[in-house]
Amino acid sequence: MPAGNIAIGWQSWRDLQFFFDRRIHVRLESLIVLAILCLILTALSPFFLSVSNILNILLATTTIGVLAIGATLILSSGGLDLSVGSVLGLSGTAGAYLCVVLDLPWFMAVFGALGAGALAGYINGLLITRTRIPAFIVTLGMLGIARGVALIIAPNGGAIYGLPEAVVYLGQGRPAGIPAPVIMLILVALAAHYLLAYSRFGRHTLAIGDNEGAARATGIPVERLRRKLYTLSGFLAGLAGLIFMARVNAGDPTAGYTYELTAITAAIIGGTSLFGGKGSILGTMVGALIMGVLQNGLNLLAVQSYYQQIAIGAVLILAVYIDQLQSQKERKA
Amino acid sequence: MSLLEIDGITKSFGAVQVLNGVHLSVDAGTVTGLVGDNGAGKSTLMKTITGIYSADGGTIRFAGEDLNGASPGERRRRGIEMIYQDLALARQQDVAENIFLGREPVKRAFGFLPGFVDKARMDADALKMIARLGARIPSIHRPVGMFSGGQQQTIAIARALTFNPKLVIMDEPTAALAVREVESVLKLIRQMRDEGIAVILISHRLNDVFEVTDRIVVLRQGRIEADLKTQSTQMRVVVEYIVGAH
Repeated sequence: MPAGNIAIGWQSWRDLQFFFDRRIHVRLESLIVLAILCLILTALSPFFLSVSNILNILLATTTIGVLAIGATLILSSGGLDLSVGSVLGLSGTAGAYLCVVLDLPWFMAVFGALGAGALAGYINGLLITRTRIPAFIVTLGMLGIARGVALIIAPNGGAIYGLPEAVVYLGQGRPAGIPAPVIMLILVALAAHYLLAYSRFGRHTLAIGDNEGAARATGIPVERLRRKLYTLSGFLAGLAGLIFMARVNAGDPTAGYTYELTAITAAIIGGTSLFGGKGSILGTMVGALIMGVLQNGLNLLAVQSYYQQIAIGAVLILAVYIDQLQSQKERKA
Repeated sequence: MSLLEIDGITKSFGAVQVLNGVHLSVDAGTVTGLVGDNGAGKSTLMKTITGIYSADGGTIRFAGEDLNGASPGERRRRGIEMIYQDLALARQQDVAENIFLGREPVKRAFGFLPGFVDKARMDADALKMIARLGARIPSIHRPVGMFSGGQQQTIAIARALTFNPKLVIMDEPTAALAVREVESVLKLIRQMRDEGIAVILISHRLNDVFEVTDRIVVLRQGRIEADLKTQSTQMRVVVEYIVGAH
């Protein structure tokens, strides 16, 4: 019976979707889109499926990937952090300033970048939870402030060159042939995935994004959790700033311009909800890879970069559309 | 000594005085109906017990200990649970995640590694609790937002009962339910009382209040207007107290 077969097929598909969503924490559709993209590009370009090209894609994904991890945590909690691109620029500049202009030891660049990021994030969290100003406004303000401070720190507003070798290694080194930033991204992603999917911290993050009142009533310290999340988002922006600075061997106060939007795009393509309560770090990594592969593939095919922007915009809208169809079906079921 | 002793609680929101010195004590193993017109201060009074609001004045003692300054989480740990009118469920999370919200059991690998939320245990305990309540839930792995009002109410009750509470406050638990579902909620309330739990039931449905309570307390303009034995009063009398015509 064809009708019966279709019904059984549909049910198995739903079960499979459910399994991937709940157990693997990645949307099946995102994985399929990524796989199809890779298949098409393998067929179209002989260079696509080489080790060096795959490492290229991963390396190009690191900065956005780290920011997108922060974006996933913040969006899951029903928040928004628009400042991470600017904080990335500030962190790299602050790190470079400490070890180049002030001539401090190399590790001060690391502490400086991470510390500047975490501090900016903490200030965001403090303002959002204490003054009740919406996160959109606070982090939009921080977007301007962090960028301004970065440009003031940098001599004449220009980039700071000549970083110590140890710092440059963090961006350009290749232990065991794998770029150091890629290793850092994988480690940070695994840690963040544990945090969001398997720890109480993560459960509470999703709960405050889902129903803040319910979370508060069950005794979850909502404000303290939000401050931790914004601090973490700032810290990750600091890490992204450190990696970016080390990769280009310069503290550039203009680095990371509009990266916050790209990071949010990656998180949403990966299945994280813009309205909170639903999010996955592995999903976001798949989202970031979809964008990375798309960009890389269009480069290999020598497509003008303007078309890449169109493609990524279309993928974003498509991803959310699939999500909407899904939830409509669930409501009817 | 009673389980819960409220003494002279006052609370105002800006210029509006909502609670004008409320005195009330509640014993273990009893069901107390709390009735009153809209704005009488019922929900505000209950939220000062659970710690969502802090009272401006007065004291609340629970099981012999002062509750002043304790956070909502601390009060839950001491055995006070509230089931809210809007259910306070996280709609996109599943049944076990809602029942254990804020109290997830954690499992540590090798005793020192960071703790993993023990989802398997949560699911098993959630299933047991749902079965104990005699409820039917299609699948405990679905987000609770997909369930009916009665099913969601059951999940909210299951959450309140999972951690052996001493006092359960229910804010309009039957307001959004079908007739058959109301019956099962009233049955659950009696079951709780028989287990020695103190229940405070806020409801506009006086039929339900008369059916299940031992005692009816009328709140009016932030004060206790009447404190009546359910068996020896009548609905007409309660209504008169509610509207202030007595």
